[in-house]
Amino acid sequence: MSADPDTRRTDQHHPLAGGATAATGRPRPVVPSLVVTGVSKTYRRRGHRKNVVTAVDDVSFTVTGGAAIGLVGASGSGKSTLANLITGSERPTRGTIRFGDLAVDRLNARGLRSFHSQVQMIFQDPYGALNPLHTVEYTVTRPCQNFLGLSATQARVRVHELLETVGLTPAAQYAAKLPHQLSGGQRQRVVIARALACDPDLIVADEPVSMLDVSLRADVLRLLAQLRAERGLSLLYITHDLLSARVVTDEILVLNAGRVVERGPTKAVLQHPQDDYTKLLLDAVATPFADHGPADSQP
Amino acid sequence: MALLEARGVNVVYSTRRGPRIWSVRDVDLTVDEGEFVGLVGESGCGKTTLGHALTRMLRPPGHLDSGRIRFDGTDIATLEGEALRRQRRNGFAIVLQSGMNALNPVRTVQHHLGDVLKAHAHPGEDLSAAAVTRRATDLLDDVHLAPDVLQRYPHELSGGMRQRVSIALALALEPRLIVFDEPTTALDVIVQRAVMQTIKELQRARGFSAILISHDLGVVLDATDRVMVMYAGRIVEDQPSPDLATGPHHPYTEALLSCYADPRADEVHLGGIPGAPPDLSMAPPGCSFTARCPLAEEICAAHRPQLTKLHHGLVACHVRARKTPASPTDQELDHVR
Repeated sequence: MSADPDTRRTDQHHPLAGGATAATGRPRPVVPSLVVTGVSKTYRRRGHRKNVVTAVDDVSFTVTGGAAIGLVGASGSGKSTLANLITGSERPTRGTIRFGDLAVDRLNARGLRSFHSQVQMIFQDPYGALNPLHTVEYTVTRPCQNFLGLSATQARVRVHELLETVGLTPAAQYAAKLPHQLSGGQRQRVVIARALACDPDLIVADEPVSMLDVSLRADVLRLLAQLRAERGLSLLYITHDLLSARVVTDEILVLNAGRVVERGPTKAVLQHPQDDYTKLLLDAVATPFADHGPADSQP
Repeated sequence: MALLEARGVNVVYSTRRGPRIWSVRDVDLTVDEGEFVGLVGESGCGKTTLGHALTRMLRPPGHLDSGRIRFDGTDIATLEGEALRRQRRNGFAIVLQSGMNALNPVRTVQHHLGDVLKAHAHPGEDLSAAAVTRRATDLLDDVHLAPDVLQRYPHELSGGMRQRVSIALALALEPRLIVFDEPTTALDVIVQRAVMQTIKELQRARGFSAILISHDLGVVLDATDRVMVMYAGRIVEDQPSPDLATGPHHPYTEALLSCYADPRADEVHLGGIPGAPPDLSMAPPGCSFTARCPLAEEICAAHRPQLTKLHHGLVACHVRARKTPASPTDQELDHVR
């Protein structure tokens, strides 16, 4: 258990909160803030030297430690490009990205490796994000050994704890399974367990539920919200689904064609949208309740 | 008038090794001329398999174990070869689930459309290049795509555009029934809305019958006249869409509805359905939803509930069927079927 009085992690009773600290040997510091300042990313089209696509255009925002921010927009609005920039997979054309004291946009390979023990991603497609030849146990063990340097025995204990945390119980039964033996919802839980394995400070979740059945989404969203509350980690939640954004985030940024068109507390933005694009997104939500606007108004 | 009438349809996936999987069990359904019907359920409940069975698209190891499927008076369940092929012209069509990937990556859109038009042409039909191009252009226009899309390859199109091409392919032979299998699942909300709008327009303008298969009850209720809810291979509820939205009968439908909320509400609570659908290789005697059902009673695990009339719809639930003021006569049952 951490004796650090600065600890932000409220849950000291949770088996993993304590276990993780013991495992990493590092005290629980304040979760650093992610500060994105004036970031742009342009791509040059092949064969068109002057034909430039601006995927992200002058975006600035801050995810303070422990906060949950949503990036909302339709396909092509630049959400996933931003995720790639923040996780260091790509470098911005302009602007800076800082995570605590770290300049993410300037990290070399070694720096990125240690950065990735603090920032982890959950991907959209649970069918594509797991190696079909690796068991669940192997998949979740790798980050434990690579980032935390645990021995095989320690890693095994941790993997079982993690699987229980994400609701794959009994853990022993799931540990030995291969991805094709699991349902979509179970696979996404494995992806979440893997992301938690190195005890990250920030999780970037790129459409984590859009490939899942509607009936399974609520459970995975609840799990994300619960993990954030228990472990005090920050969450950057990327989606086109406003309902799920409402459930897991405190604040949202609405992106359209790479620019932030609206931002604010999630509930306020959704209840009183100012920008036309936000209204369009809201209107497109398919709810079984007919009172959300004229469905047949378009020609 | 009923265009499609299925009675006692059972679909089994069987391999030499391994258990037989009963994916669709004892399904009766009717689709009227010009009716837009939804088929809803979680992954693995048999809705895609049923859609494939109704359009005779099943491939081994899946096969129609028993049942009659009458399309416009003809029993299509036993049709083979040329007779079945002829039904695909002006008969029934399907828009496949992975419509986005159902296109050949090394062929242009024009090639796809031309291929369908030529393969199913009537004798003596004008198949000159100009005529085929004109018809292909018209089809693209119907799904709101520009004529220059004809020359493009699938990878040059967005997900929404590819889905529109798949719809144009299904429309090409002017079918009287189209099965849309999860046509918008991989699309974002705005594109989904636009594609669904196009589907609704086309259905209204051309008057074909349609079956929309989706796990997304929100999308289905918005588009359809009537919704059938499937669970573990069986239809457990069948109601007109507006009635289902406001008064679901089956506890499973209720649970599906609880997964939605208005993101603008003051308090948002999302329900879910704990547990997973049952193993389809087993045939428990009672209602398949018992294990996940908040209303389950002793009788539920012991006896399978039959689809019975309740208000404007049908429901297969012991507990809910008791709400009926008087049990319906056989005559009434025949009427709702």
